[in-house]
Amino acid sequence: MKRFDLGILRAIFKGDRQADRVVPPSGFTAQLTLFAAGAMAFLAVFALALSLASGRLAKVWGQELAQSATVRIVAPLDQRAAQTEAALKVLETTKGVASARALTDAEQEALLAPWFGPELAIDSLPVPRLIEVVEEGAGLDPVGLRLRLSAEVPGAVLDDHSRWRAPLVAAASRLRLLGWLSTLLIATAVGAMVTLAAQAALAANAQVIAVLRLVGAKDDYIARAFIRRFTLRALLGSAVGTVLGMTAVILLPDAGEAGGFLTGLGFAGADWLVPLLVPVLIGAVAFIATGAAARRTLRELT
Amino acid sequence: MIELENVAYSYGGGELLSDITLKLAPGSFHFLTGPSGAGKTTLMKLCYGALLPTAGHVRLFNTDVREMGRDDIAMVRRRVGVVHQDVKFLDHLPLTENVALPLSVAGRHAEAAGTDLEELMSWVGLTHRAGALPPELSGGERQRAALARAVIMSPDVILADEPTGNIDWEMSQRLLHLLIELNRMGKTVLIATHDLGLIRATKAHVQARVLRIANRRIQLAGADL
Repeated sequence: MKRFDLGILRAIFKGDRQADRVVPPSGFTAQLTLFAAGAMAFLAVFALALSLASGRLAKVWGQELAQSATVRIVAPLDQRAAQTEAALKVLETTKGVASARALTDAEQEALLAPWFGPELAIDSLPVPRLIEVVEEGAGLDPVGLRLRLSAEVPGAVLDDHSRWRAPLVAAASRLRLLGWLSTLLIATAVGAMVTLAAQAALAANAQVIAVLRLVGAKDDYIARAFIRRFTLRALLGSAVGTVLGMTAVILLPDAGEAGGFLTGLGFAGADWLVPLLVPVLIGAVAFIATGAAARRTLRELT
Repeated sequence: MIELENVAYSYGGGELLSDITLKLAPGSFHFLTGPSGAGKTTLMKLCYGALLPTAGHVRLFNTDVREMGRDDIAMVRRRVGVVHQDVKFLDHLPLTENVALPLSVAGRHAEAAGTDLEELMSWVGLTHRAGALPPELSGGERQRAALARAVIMSPDVILADEPTGNIDWEMSQRLLHLLIELNRMGKTVLIATHDLGLIRATKAHVQARVLRIANRRIQLAGADL
């Protein structure tokens, strides 16, 4: 028997009513394969949702934090305004800086409100003044800028967000990797499950195989009957599981802005097409796994 | 057509058949007889590639069986109709589909549903049982159904292993006459049996060669048959 035959693939979808009938219907393994493929597809949809959401998050965090920096002016109250002005002048002439502006008192109050409440009198407290820096092009040179600031604005501290950005992006990237790894594991588990079910079906039908061989059936014909049956079961089960999984993702409760990462769990835009590949993937795995199991069993049953 | 040359077959450390030379010419009729366990079934299996000889050569339609792949053996089986005593069917399919199975596996679906099938069912007297499942058939009906399945591809050779073992005399005579009819149509027939009455009844109608397996070897049977 050939390792891979496009004829078999064509036959899977074209069908052969007579060939389909030579393998007796086996209710339990059929239902088991359907259920397992459906459950795996459901889990795969969630793994993909996690992976794609993590990917988006890593991208957003990476881009937003990479294109901005903060200068903190830590100075006595009477020098804070002057040092802020000096720092802004330095930033205006710094290559890679698109814009720089000092946050207003209201903005700083809003930032601190979660900790100190809305009635904070910020002008009476030694709170550092924050300067928001938006970068352009290849960005600014943090080492050079720190040197200039330390010479001209002693109270200025540059935070280029790299120490925040790196672990966040790393965590999101790792989550994305885990999501894809989970999808791969699910596909492998489907392959193992279909292999076991196909082997059990082939062993249970040894007499059928003997009769088919006696009347001149080639191994391709016998294998095709089993491959088609298991591939279609896996396709059907995984299609149902995928639809249920996507529905569950749609119905995830909206946690709003406070939800943070959970708010973004799911699919966005063209990402909705990705889970539609799950039944195709599971069908392909079932096709390959059943083919391998059939080839092995038919070789042994000489 | 089917040729065995100095063939030996060993199983479980013991030699079951030794130095067997046999040639089944086109249109010939043979009986293979001998005591139970003498190796009749083994010899039959060697004749359609179900077993490989441990020594010697088996040539099926001019090709040594050792040079054949599994697909080649499958093609041989489309030219050799086999009837076993314990005939096996696909129990979930009705009789007509079982009889037409060789056509289906050969991709000849139209013929599997054609009028030739009806004629064949009528020839073996099973038209009224066309929709029955194999477990619902009697021993005689199963053997006739097996014969119909064996000849539906119009094979060159019919191999029948104890075809009358499980059926009564009247039914075995009916089956025998079907086999004789096939031989008259030019088919080569080899029947393994220990039923001497069957052999005598056949020899009254056709010229049949009787071979006996004894002491692992094959020999022409005596004139008493």
